[in-house]
Amino acid sequence: MLKLRVALSCAAALLLGVAGAQAEDTVKIGIIAPYSGQFADTGVQMDNGIKLFTQQHGDKAGGKKIELIRKDVGGIAPDVAKRLAQELIVRDKVDLLAGFMLTPNAMAAGDVSAQAKKFMVVMNAATSVIIDKSPYMVRTSVTTPQINENYGAWVFKHGTKKVYTMVSDYGPGQDAEQAFHRGFKAAGGEIVGADRFPVANPDFSAFVQRAKNANPEAIYIWVPGGTQPAAIAKALAERGINPSNTKIFGQGELTLPEALKSMGDSAIGIITAFHYDYNHQSATNKEFVGAFEKMHNRIPDIYSVGAYDGMHLIYAALDKTKGKTDGEALVNAAKGMAWESPRGPISIDPQTRDIVQTIYIRKVDKVNGQLVNVEFDKVEKAKDPTHGMKK
Amino acid sequence: MAGPGGARVDPHAWLARQTRWSAPEIAFWLAALLPFVLFPTYLTLASQIAITALFAVSLDLILGYAGIISLGHAVYFGIGAYTAGLIAKHGWGEPITGLIAGAVAATVVGYLTGLIVVRVRQLALLMITLGLGFLAAEAANSMGRITGGADGLQGVRVWDLFGAFEFDLYGYTAYGYSLAALFLVFLLSRRLVHSPFGLSLRGIRENQRRMPAIGAPNRARLLKVYTIAACFAGIAGALLAQTTQTVSLETLGFQRSADVAVMLILGGTGRLYGGIIGAVIFMIARDQLADMNPQYWYFWIGLLLMAVVLFLPTGVLGGLARLVPQRWRTA
Amino acid sequence: MISQIMGVLFDGFAYGMLLFLLSVGLSVTLGLMNFTNLAHGSFAMLGGYVTVTLMRDAGWPFLLTLPVAFVAAAVASVAFERTLFRRLYRATELNQVLFTIGLVFVMAAAAAYVFGTVAQPVRVPDYLNGSFRIGGINFAVYRLFLIGMALVITVLLVIGLEMTRFGAQVRAAVDNQRMAKGLGIDVDTVFAVTFALGSGLAGLGGALAIEIVGLDPSFGFQYLVYVLIVVAVGGLGSIGGSFLAATLLGVSDVAGKFYVPQLGAFLIYAIMVGLLFFRPAGLFGKR
Repeated sequence: MLKLRVALSCAAALLLGVAGAQAEDTVKIGIIAPYSGQFADTGVQMDNGIKLFTQQHGDKAGGKKIELIRKDVGGIAPDVAKRLAQELIVRDKVDLLAGFMLTPNAMAAGDVSAQAKKFMVVMNAATSVIIDKSPYMVRTSVTTPQINENYGAWVFKHGTKKVYTMVSDYGPGQDAEQAFHRGFKAAGGEIVGADRFPVANPDFSAFVQRAKNANPEAIYIWVPGGTQPAAIAKALAERGINPSNTKIFGQGELTLPEALKSMGDSAIGIITAFHYDYNHQSATNKEFVGAFEKMHNRIPDIYSVGAYDGMHLIYAALDKTKGKTDGEALVNAAKGMAWESPRGPISIDPQTRDIVQTIYIRKVDKVNGQLVNVEFDKVEKAKDPTHGMKK
Repeated sequence: MAGPGGARVDPHAWLARQTRWSAPEIAFWLAALLPFVLFPTYLTLASQIAITALFAVSLDLILGYAGIISLGHAVYFGIGAYTAGLIAKHGWGEPITGLIAGAVAATVVGYLTGLIVVRVRQLALLMITLGLGFLAAEAANSMGRITGGADGLQGVRVWDLFGAFEFDLYGYTAYGYSLAALFLVFLLSRRLVHSPFGLSLRGIRENQRRMPAIGAPNRARLLKVYTIAACFAGIAGALLAQTTQTVSLETLGFQRSADVAVMLILGGTGRLYGGIIGAVIFMIARDQLADMNPQYWYFWIGLLLMAVVLFLPTGVLGGLARLVPQRWRTA
Repeated sequence: MISQIMGVLFDGFAYGMLLFLLSVGLSVTLGLMNFTNLAHGSFAMLGGYVTVTLMRDAGWPFLLTLPVAFVAAAVASVAFERTLFRRLYRATELNQVLFTIGLVFVMAAAAAYVFGTVAQPVRVPDYLNGSFRIGGINFAVYRLFLIGMALVITVLLVIGLEMTRFGAQVRAAVDNQRMAKGLGIDVDTVFAVTFALGSGLAGLGGALAIEIVGLDPSFGFQYLVYVLIVVAVGGLGSIGGSFLAATLLGVSDVAGKFYVPQLGAFLIYAIMVGLLFFRPAGLFGKR
């Protein structure tokens, strides 16, 4: 029985080999992202960034035609992501992989990228260790420690000695907590309390009360986007905790536009750290936001800019290799690349293949009657510290 | 006992007749080998279908045959997956022993939770299985240092099957392995349901009060089948962990439990093949539709589910069965 | 110390009342009609979207949107009941569960299509915001409002069931359907009205809850779980049971998170499993 199977497999493989010659002048890019399910909206924003780039820059790079093949992973499903990556390579004969909103999916596809030696661009997933999964992988989004460890140091250096932290109890939240603690303590600060709450937590009253009892000088919050930012902000306001009596620090998700609309004026003064805001004052960004709004009728966010920059990287790398698509050539071309993104200056670290960018410190303020994040400080050329920067 | 046509039939002979292999069945299993030759680029999908089908068969044993409505069956799937994954991660990557370990872990947990589950019925049963599911998912999330938490279990390295077959990019080994496991478990399940024990399960499903009255107490039987179903679910989970070399929290999650219940209803409960057919239809549909209009995939699934329950409550196989003349029916 | 415990009790009770408002409708319909309607959470979601839309696009004041949320959910449920649900009254519980889960999927996808998957901004009027301190305990105004609404609804429901003719008919139909029909009670209408009432309460509960928990298309499923827990623990068809169960669960959830945050989400599920094991019919269940 086994011999029969092996023989059949060999026959099939032979057939495949004969049929498998691909068109020489097209570069196929396999994009794996969640287009349905819970993360559908982020997937759409990512795709919007890709569409804007291809609209502006055409479908040719490195002398070849670019073809995009999109696959829906549906949500957190590493088995599906792995299968899609395999199928894209084996069936659709893609030359490189891109997309990846969610960490488990990026990790699983990383294995495929390493095994098949295909160039892979991570456009969103933010966990540090993803990049180690394949030597042919680069990232154009951000990593959680890149933001939070630098943020922790910044917070101490700007006059806060003690912080009480509250984070969501799952991967990204735990990463953020660890990174913030590291940065803050290394700079000299003291963590007076650290709470973790369940991921889909409806009612924050207990946790906020605990924070209040500790009477901290400052509170650091990490929650995922969606309904949580407004919920926790309201719970804080309910207890009279607001920026006028307690400093509130958070990662950018806390003060996304939808969240600010729910929070109202009680949000004024919240300080967050993030790598991109649509309000960033630069010529490149103004142009980008304008074109994005015109094409998609909504404002871009971190998912859009991560994808936009990812496409820029792919096109630039192809130009540099003059159309050669093997993993080795493309990743070497990508290493060290630097350009001006709508978010500011960014580059790909040649040692770690991860992104190096500016982390902006912003404060919520009312500008022209609207609540926005106003950038007032920054940490330039910020790297992911877990990849061997300073410890 | 009366057979079709009203003649008296000896129970054992009747059972024996059920276990004979019919032509469509043999054709089906031969057809399962076709992907190797006809669709070699779809083998990874095929292996995941086989695994899901195995999971569906395990749910059919308790839902279709014993009448236990569980919305938390994925717990055993996840336990099998994590066990096999953890063993491979920590140095022992031999697939068959990893599979057995996963099955054993799932069986143990199945037995322990089964002690609770068989004592309740109706809404309480539904809620308890749901609650156990959520508890398991929370536990796996909290034990992040062991399970990898939300990022998933990394570093799972499975050795070559039988020392000779590498788990390759195309999926030949994965499909062969999964298909073989599905077939074996199917054979066991078939033996089980076409035995006096299996008949007693159907009796319990039809009329819970009557069974003890005729001398066949419920709880022990229900516990036995629940444990067996947990074992099979664990095998499916271990297979997934080994063929994809990754495990994530959603292997335990409600989505997985709900999806497999949908597949079972689609195919038809209480027919063993129902779970397999349902899995095939569901997963191929999802794969094909995912390219077309993915955002509203769950809209169509919801609509399909409502339509099946309203118009075809016995599922695809049930509908087909009604087309088959009376004398050819086996169940 | 005392003020801390009182604070936890207050917050827990308020959270419990939020759960009660979402669940009481399901207890009524499940208990009275024995129809497992898992789309109950989706009716709550509908109420939430009605409120958000009226407030944002039509500028309605928050309090005025509440009766509309109630009516909208009631009307929608009647539409579903007349056309779809009544065909399943005799179906197995599994089929009812799966059918209504299908409906949950459809409604969630519809919400995503119409409103997008982003979280909806919710702002209640300023007089419902803020809090005041009495004796070291923090009383949030909106939570007091929730508690007030829950108590009013409980009283109305109890009066309605115990003291009106319609309530008597409902109780009769529950106890013995055939007999009630024999006495000339129009059981069909009684059930339809009760179902509308139960779902309308869900809509109202949803509209009230979103200020605290937010609103997006996953609301229908996320809160379904909590609602089922309250109904299962409280016992089907018992308003008092739901009230007690919601209080118990709300207080233990908040207390658990306050005193032992590592327990997090475990506690609510563990309590449910434990309680149902010993009392499968719930605290006050009739079946």
